Amino acid sequence: MKIEVRGLDAYFRSTHALRSVSLGVPANTVLAIIGPSGCGKSTFVRCINRMHELVPGARQTGQIFVDGKDLHARGVDPVDLRRRVGMVFQRPNPFPTMSIYDNVVAGLRLNGIGGDHAELVEKSLRQAALWDEVKDRLHTSALSLSGGQQQRLCIARALAIGPEVMLMDEPASALDPIATAKIEELIRELRQQLTIVIVTHNMQQAARVSDHTAFFYMGELIEHGETEQIFTNPREPRTEDYVTGKFG
Amino acid sequence: MKRRRLVNHLMTALCGFGLLLALIPLGSILWLVISRGAPALNLDFFTQLPAPVGETGGGVGNAILGTLSMVGIGCILGVPVGVGAGVFLAERGNGRTGDAVRFTAEVLSGVPSIVVGIVAYGLVVLPMHRFSALAGGVALAVLMIPALARSTEELVRLVPGSLREASLALGVPQWRTSLRVVLRTALGGIVTAVLLSIARAAGETAPLLFTALNNQYWNFKADQPTASLTVQIYNYAVSPYQDWHQKAWGAALVLLLLVGALSLIAKALARNRFGTAR
Ligand SMILES: Nc1ncnc2c1ncn2[C@@H]1O[C@H](COP(=O)(O)OP(=O)(O)OP(=O)(O)O)[C@@H](O)[C@H]1O
Ligand SMILES: [Mg+2]
Repeated sequence: MKIEVRGLDAYFRSTHALRSVSLGVPANTVLAIIGPSGCGKSTFVRCINRMHELVPGARQTGQIFVDGKDLHARGVDPVDLRRRVGMVFQRPNPFPTMSIYDNVVAGLRLNGIGGDHAELVEKSLRQAALWDEVKDRLHTSALSLSGGQQQRLCIARALAIGPEVMLMDEPASALDPIATAKIEELIRELRQQLTIVIVTHNMQQAARVSDHTAFFYMGELIEHGETEQIFTNPREPRTEDYVTGKFG
Repeated sequence: MKRRRLVNHLMTALCGFGLLLALIPLGSILWLVISRGAPALNLDFFTQLPAPVGETGGGVGNAILGTLSMVGIGCILGVPVGVGAGVFLAERGNGRTGDAVRFTAEVLSGVPSIVVGIVAYGLVVLPMHRFSALAGGVALAVLMIPALARSTEELVRLVPGSLREASLALGVPQWRTSLRVVLRTALGGIVTAVLLSIARAAGETAPLLFTALNNQYWNFKADQPTASLTVQIYNYAVSPYQDWHQKAWGAALVLLLLVGALSLIAKALARNRFGTAR
């Protein structure tokens, strides 16, 4: 297992956002997280790169292992962890003061790794299916891009630091069908190199891109299994109601 | 319907009248200073030392230099402290320490500038046994810090949390994120705030009276008494000589131009920030 979660509970002050969640993600697979709004999907992925603990008043108990190593073991530096576990957010958040080029290499530059990164920039932008659209204006502001392009730029930025795991929190929720298709294509390709956890509200998307699916409801993991099984033959009635659109 | 339109017109007229009233003092200041000060201006006025009583000619070159250098010292001392405190307040200022710093800044911004001058006198002039540009700069720095800290705090708080998260999620440590993402994003606004606080400091007289005092000659040393435009204006204006009154108006015009230019630059920078950032 690349990622192994055991008995994870997460809180925001008095809100109990996750209740003893346990699941594993094998290496080079895609896990889709589905569930109604507010059920703890974002909280779950944010625990995996230890972003959750940065929220004032947030707490968590339980264990998460990446490559068999407990994230909260002594000597694990969250900063190092986040270089191995990349993240793409629900809303595109490029750095407004930087050019497209600088955004892609921001992870290196901000950590003081200077030099010429032209190759890395091209590779990352190609992976994110953005290269052809921006290759002639790499040095213009990142804000001159459309929302969908900005989101792909953020994906390129996350890829450029060479992560082993990629967390994607509804990466396509602000995108049109074409950009969405590009991102789904990207996810299928990336699976060869890394392990992906993707939050989505779109059932078809989950069915198209993922190997496994986890259904969350009110902070609990209701069901977790092969994507095909979850969508065609769910064990839990609540899962069935959700995937068939009876609620949520 | 008709009544509503009538009220609308009436209110518009009232607002316009209020605007006119507010413009009267501003307009008369500009008119007076320009009409009386302009005749005094010539190249010598900017480059020469003050002429002794009775002699014509001369200028306020040393006072211009003094104002610029003391504002410069004030910036070197005050900007890092003010901006640093503002960043601290925005990033870590939600606890007791933050409240204490915020309260201090509030109290400090309410202290009359002449009191700040006396404090600088006690802190710098007495131990050094002389009036100096340094003491004047310290006084100006103390005046700049509270406003700078508050406006920096607000500007940094305006930076979206999503940018901070984006940086942290890339494995950038907190302190680097604060400096290179958050502060960098707020920088345009902070530069504007710094320029405005410089403009305000350049117009201060009281804190310079017992710190930098005055000087009839060029001074290039930080530990010597130094002339400034404001103190020079004050001295000229209270003198009994017609010629010096004329020079006071001229120096006032120079100061006004300096402050006006800074405000215009600040405005242009601010406009540019919103122009490109959106
Ligand atoms: N910063 C926060 N402070 C307090 N409570 C929070 C915070 N963020 C989330 N919560 C609460 O934690 C619970 C889980 O939120 P989370 O963001 O994980 O939901 P989600 O499944 O991602 O929802 P969505 O699909 O709307 O993004 C919710 O009840 C939410 O109100
Ligand atoms: Mg969410």
